[in-house]
Amino acid sequence: MIVLGYRLPGMSSLIIWGLLWEIVGQSGLTFFIPPLSEVVTTLFSMIGTTAFQTALAQTAYAFLVGVGAAILIGIPVGILMGKSRLLDELLLPWVNVFLSAPLTALVPVLMVLFGFGMKSIIITTALFAVWIIILNSRAGVKQINRSLVEMAQSFGASPFDAFFKIYFWAALPEILGGVRIGVIRAVKGVIIGQLLISIVGFGALFELYSANFLMGHFWAVLIVLFALAFTISEFLAYLERKVSYYAAKR
Amino acid sequence: MAMSQIKEVTPLPVAESIESAVSVRNISKNYGAVEALRDLSLEFPKGQLTSLLGPSGCGKTTLLKIIAGLLEPTSGEVFVNGQPVASPGPDRAFVFQDFALLPWASVLKNVTFGLEMRGVGTSEREAIAEKYIKDVGLAGFEHSYPHELSGGMRQRVGLARALAVDADVLLMDEPFSAVDEQTRRKFQEDLLGLVQNENKTFIFVTHSIEEAVYVSDQIAILLPRPSRVSEVIRPSNFRDKGVDNIRRDPEYLDIVDNIWASLRSYVE
Amino acid sequence: MPNRALQLKILSALILCGAWQIAGLIPVSYAFPTFTETMGALFDMARSGVLFEAYAETLQPLVVGVVISAFIGIAVGLWVGLSNFFDWLFSPIFIVMQAAPLAALIPLLVLAYGIGLTSKVLVVCIMAMPVIVLNTSSAVRNTPESFKEMGRSFLAPKHSILLRIVIPAASPVIFAGLRLGVSAGFIGAILAELKITPTGVGDIITYSRSIADYPSMYAAIFSIILLAVLFLNLLEKTETVLFKGNQRGYVSD
Repeated sequence: MIVLGYRLPGMSSLIIWGLLWEIVGQSGLTFFIPPLSEVVTTLFSMIGTTAFQTALAQTAYAFLVGVGAAILIGIPVGILMGKSRLLDELLLPWVNVFLSAPLTALVPVLMVLFGFGMKSIIITTALFAVWIIILNSRAGVKQINRSLVEMAQSFGASPFDAFFKIYFWAALPEILGGVRIGVIRAVKGVIIGQLLISIVGFGALFELYSANFLMGHFWAVLIVLFALAFTISEFLAYLERKVSYYAAKR
Repeated sequence: MAMSQIKEVTPLPVAESIESAVSVRNISKNYGAVEALRDLSLEFPKGQLTSLLGPSGCGKTTLLKIIAGLLEPTSGEVFVNGQPVASPGPDRAFVFQDFALLPWASVLKNVTFGLEMRGVGTSEREAIAEKYIKDVGLAGFEHSYPHELSGGMRQRVGLARALAVDADVLLMDEPFSAVDEQTRRKFQEDLLGLVQNENKTFIFVTHSIEEAVYVSDQIAILLPRPSRVSEVIRPSNFRDKGVDNIRRDPEYLDIVDNIWASLRSYVE
Repeated sequence: MPNRALQLKILSALILCGAWQIAGLIPVSYAFPTFTETMGALFDMARSGVLFEAYAETLQPLVVGVVISAFIGIAVGLWVGLSNFFDWLFSPIFIVMQAAPLAALIPLLVLAYGIGLTSKVLVVCIMAMPVIVLNTSSAVRNTPESFKEMGRSFLAPKHSILLRIVIPAASPVIFAGLRLGVSAGFIGAILAELKITPTGVGDIITYSRSIADYPSMYAAIFSIILLAVLFLNLLEKTETVLFKGNQRGYVSD
């Protein structure tokens, strides 16, 4: 928005919402919304505590392993599907099914199969992320310009060279797009996993704080979590923009 | 009036005696610090076709949209039939480069759109639309949808929509640039017939020299950064020799060559 | 081969069910029933009516939540898409909501609204609404400029441009947003039943897990995933029929 000829930064309205939060909190309208200033104070005192750091470390661990697995599985599978028609036709229906399926319903299965621990949370995270990564990598390979492939062949590139020097880069914008959406989904997955399995990480913290009516703590954790999720998503969007400059000109 | 800018290439038999349907006076248009048009003046004679021709980025579409009232000039005025205009009006109709057909509406609905907005009743506007759909050669396609038509047919729908509102002035923004070469030639021939029979004023934006010379009674050559009219050319009489002979008429070829000579240096 | 695609689909379904069957026969885990056992349990539940009672309960918060989200989401989305001020004011909220794991709000919702229908509806709403709002607003903002110019040059008044051009042009993307919203709503509804109080299908899942009746548990999960996928596919088919020829880019979550 432009005010008095000056363009307001995109996210600046969050300051207004923050102020509104503070006012609602100060007015004591509801017990569930403490003033923002109180939440921020709690936040800083909480960051140093071991409970918080353990939760953060556990969540980060589950998230990173889950996302890593999803990327390592998703990109090659997607590329293979893009290259092989048989594989594509065999797998695509299932990828589409799991892409839109309510994966939350699978968490109880993971719990009975893999126990109530970290393993289940990691698998939940990977399950949330992997399908869109497969689908986008596949789309990226599928859209590679026919003449680019012919160019590689006519200049005598070996299949290996062609793959790593041309196809991967040609499909990179789509692949990164898939990874970005996958990562956003993984953030949701890791939290859903922790909430349902609920003895580790932020899931346990949320239980603890809501059971003890520590609203300030609860919101502080939420803010940290939302801010982290948003930062990760924006960072990946930034990476994607860096490669997508050539996406339109392939 | 910036008459000094206008250089007559060929004798001008009738221009002075014909009144202007559209006059553009001292138009400037700035986008922030960028000067798109500077102090541009031009007359568009009634009942004739005037082309705006120039290299890309010379502001010809900007000028057309200012005449249409879709863009506001930074300064200057546009007169249609002697009246100053600042917004779209019933006296002008627009034909879009990308057709701008509503994809969810049938050909008939697309053609009646302008009439509907003017408050014409259903049966009347459908009768009018059907006539023009027939005139542009799309009889039988009234209930087709745009995605079922070829590019050329889509632009015929766009043309029928503009003709249906019976405006005095037809503004055409590179109308044939998105159709293939053969369709384009057919369009150009049809356009000559239209100019002759419809008694409307046509303002035609194009970047094709041949097209401009082929269809125009008057060609305004625009040069870029900032845009101004560098030349106004009025071909004399080769069009009377019949559509089949225009392209080999010596005058036609000379004008095409001259225009290319003056535009050449502006092409990157 | 004329029906190659269909044959391969059937083949891949057979491979998957076969793998499931074999994994259950080995068994890979004491908690992994075979495909036939699971289907048997599903059939039993369907015959006794338990399954349908459960769905009557599960679908309540889902339907109510999705309907509320659709109305509020499209209204807010139109508003945000048409006004620069509301775009500036509201978009950041929904962008953050879209990126954030909103499931974390569930314990708070339970504290504030108890364990009843209200909380569950709200869970569905917070999951479904952001994508509906964001799709609607970006669809409205991305109405092709030449459509709007066409409207103006043919003298369409403002409300006609909105009703006759902007909204129809935006509707494929709005509809896709609704579909993504429904998909997120399913996640929310199941999450609510598993996390807040076990009712409906969530109750079958939780109860059969507690008594180690794994075939029933798997059958319930299988049925809800199947329902969601079938329903979303139906929506997608409707979309292609409804907006045939109205090709526009789509926004994904």
